[in-house]
Amino acid sequence: MAKPPVDLQQLTAEFGPHPQRVPPGGWQEESRNPAERLVKTHCCFCGQQCGIQLKVRGNSVIGFEPWEEFPFNEGKLCPKGVKRYLQSNHPDRLLDPLIRTSSGFRKAGWEEALDLTVRRLQEIQAKYGKDSVAVFGGASLITEKAYLMGKFARVALGTRHIDYNGRLCMVSAGVAYKLAFNVDRSPIPWSDIAQADVVFCIGANVGECAPITTDYIWRARDHGARLIVADPRFTPISRNADLYLPLRPGTDLVLLMGMLHVVLRDGLEDRDFIAAHTTGFDDVAESVKSYDLRSVAERTGVPPEAIERAARWFAQGPRSVALHARGLEHQSKGVENVLALINLTLATGKIGREGCGCAMITGQGNGQGGREHGQKCDQLPGARSIHDPVAREHVARVWGIQPEDLPQAGYSAQEIMNAIHDGEIKGLLSICFNPSVSLPQAEYTKEALNQLEFFGVIDFFLSETARHADVVLAGSLQEEEEGVTCSTEGRVLHIRKAVDPPANAWGDSRIICELARRLGKERYFPFQSTREIFDELREASRGGIADYYGITYERIDREMGVFWPCPSEDHPGTPRLMEGGVSMFPDGKCRFQVTEWRESGDPVAEDFPLYFTTGRVVSQYLSGTQTRRIGGLVDMYPEPRVEIHPRLAERHGIGEGDWVTITSRRADLTLRAMIVKTIRPDTVFVPYHWADEQSANKLTHRTLDPRSKIPEFKVSACRIRKAEQVPEWAITPDGGPR
Amino acid sequence: MFGYEFYVDPSRCIGCQACIKACEECETHRGVSMINFDYLDRPNSIASAAFVCFHCDDPTCAEVCPADAIKIGEDGVVQSALKPRCIACSNCVLACPFGIPKLVPEYEQMMKCDMCYDRTSAGKRPMCATVCPSQALAYVRPEEIARTRREKPVNDFRFGQQTVRTKVFMMAPAGLEEIVIDVVDYMWEGVSHGA
Repeated sequence: MAKPPVDLQQLTAEFGPHPQRVPPGGWQEESRNPAERLVKTHCCFCGQQCGIQLKVRGNSVIGFEPWEEFPFNEGKLCPKGVKRYLQSNHPDRLLDPLIRTSSGFRKAGWEEALDLTVRRLQEIQAKYGKDSVAVFGGASLITEKAYLMGKFARVALGTRHIDYNGRLCMVSAGVAYKLAFNVDRSPIPWSDIAQADVVFCIGANVGECAPITTDYIWRARDHGARLIVADPRFTPISRNADLYLPLRPGTDLVLLMGMLHVVLRDGLEDRDFIAAHTTGFDDVAESVKSYDLRSVAERTGVPPEAIERAARWFAQGPRSVALHARGLEHQSKGVENVLALINLTLATGKIGREGCGCAMITGQGNGQGGREHGQKCDQLPGARSIHDPVAREHVARVWGIQPEDLPQAGYSAQEIMNAIHDGEIKGLLSICFNPSVSLPQAEYTKEALNQLEFFGVIDFFLSETARHADVVLAGSLQEEEEGVTCSTEGRVLHIRKAVDPPANAWGDSRIICELARRLGKERYFPFQSTREIFDELREASRGGIADYYGITYERIDREMGVFWPCPSEDHPGTPRLMEGGVSMFPDGKCRFQVTEWRESGDPVAEDFPLYFTTGRVVSQYLSGTQTRRIGGLVDMYPEPRVEIHPRLAERHGIGEGDWVTITSRRADLTLRAMIVKTIRPDTVFVPYHWADEQSANKLTHRTLDPRSKIPEFKVSACRIRKAEQVPEWAITPDGGPR
Repeated sequence: MFGYEFYVDPSRCIGCQACIKACEECETHRGVSMINFDYLDRPNSIASAAFVCFHCDDPTCAEVCPADAIKIGEDGVVQSALKPRCIACSNCVLACPFGIPKLVPEYEQMMKCDMCYDRTSAGKRPMCATVCPSQALAYVRPEEIARTRREKPVNDFRFGQQTVRTKVFMMAPAGLEEIVIDVVDYMWEGVSHGA
């Protein structure tokens, strides 16, 4: 039973999160010494993958210097990038493997920890079958590690259940783009945003979640572009929006179908493009016929004139870019939402040329690269389908196994957690994933983790999830192993190693290879370096959609990144996909897809009359495992607050800073109010980066999109009331409120 | 850096505060940010603004300093108060029309933005303007600003009767020659004193 061994306070005291505010050695002392090396690499804290130089002395990262020559961000960084160096030399850092005892965690040697992990996994598989063990990966890992995790699960453990936390991020967009274009990548390089005449952002809080993209949008505005923002909240980029569409959470599909209705009603579609480059238009045109302005306005809460204007501006461009992120995708109809946006883009012919296109904004550090090479439950390296016999044969050959020994598709991340809860999956090995914070319905996740017969974790800090572990293998930070990531643009980048893992911590790739060796699969994992893993990955991806065969570390350095597909070393790479409107399907056509409205899995009703929605703040990254340990970032936004419109606050007698209890169909959450006119009065918002009693995901629900299996984080139902008392967690030891 | 100027455009600010975090990293005042940042009216708006020192040609802070502690470098940059001279009287803090100088209690010294002279003298851009994701703070060539921006750089400010010309430019809507801030415009003078 993988229950935390001791209470939360004791674990927090020992393992944090403790906010680190000063560089190693203090502001005035050691860190003032000049750097011995400046290591050109990339920020680990989002899919933009901004170039940054880390200042290194000895085996310590002591600061940073902007990297102005790197073309994507030209030195620009958000606060997370500026402070990211403080995760190195952190007092909470795990420096040895840990084994759980009845009184906490004790340090262990590698032999003991690795042997115990392998023995328990083998015992469980012997008793319950291969698929009783699952593997969780993460999209902040370099691509070599992501590739290794997929191979480890399927070859070393022989389980079909491997999935990753990108399931909470990019999968709705991925499914939709594959259906429409046969490729899961942003079709455009970001330079196209700055060239556009119209930029349409829907469900994308660019200023806080992808801050550097702001500059591309502002540059478009500098030459006169119009900005349209659709969001239930008036996000920072909305301040310069020419048109703001304050849509009701979960009604994106209605809005987009309504916009296409206007386009077709007014004859603004691009008939030539549709005829030359697409299939399925007529069915889609038929499907939006009933989406007249009046009904769309009523359902979305957006004025009819605004919908009409947005549709006309986007269609008339002449060059238009549509950007979307989790607001559109974190829904039980996330795939439909994205397809509807793609339909609008195709109908107006806004793809395949400069300044045009639709694009997903990737959230996680390696959100793009981490999903291309085999840690998704249904995908093999090269973004190949695990169901495709030709793909299976190719990958089996590269791996030196028989195609029939390659497991079939397994469960997605939430389905794995459900299967753990149901007792079907008994053992779990997890890296770079903190589901206690990041999966919906947090209490359910904890119940599931508690039931595991064995839980092994590879991590550099003891995350809230790792508190449940039987064994914690002290792994490595991004700056401690060399490799590649792929940015939101589809640009493959070189992550340079800045320092070695400290003390007895190991590089993650070494840990995985050691586990494989102990499982008797050494010959499939002979890697002495991540470079060797990359060389195998290139071969495994060869001929696939995400073809990396022509990419080398040296080329990336010379060319400041290489865009895939890049099938040979003399191929220039592919910054803009679908040039001229030619999709990646064999027939080159883009596919219109009919979309159909479905109610949310947690609908608003009389007893739960408000929408509850979640998202990020600029100072935190995902589950906060890293950023809640960096003082300068913690200080910017120390605890989650609930955003409430004054009209709603007044109705409940809630004032600024009052404690408010939010109740969903699953749980209560009590947080302080932040009363702002920048949110719809029928919606409350809480950022999701915090754990336990501050966790927004206590309230969210486990409904998944049937195709992408993404949870519906952006739409839940709730009610609120002024809290009767200060919550227990917020009371200091001396009895007063914090 | 020769040929480069500093431009502030609050309308581009997204409130991310990368400038504050980066300013703390500067060599000359490590751990202390010299950025002036505010949400204008968060309950009603998302608008935020980040400012550096405007570096006046005739800086009011230096004029009112009783200890003659505030010096202007050859490059026109107004420095923090000289530590041996500063008496921490706060005259400069009260007098600056832009509200820039800060009295740092633990150092008993007025400190302010020095436009990263450690960086600019070594051919690097100031830290805040280098990292600013939205380029609300920008350190670029004037011809670059003229080529790319619709707004117009302004560096004449009128505060009541006082006209101030600054080294740092503020981006203003095209057509505005100077930025006029006159308290009188906002006053209600209908009742006599003492009423």
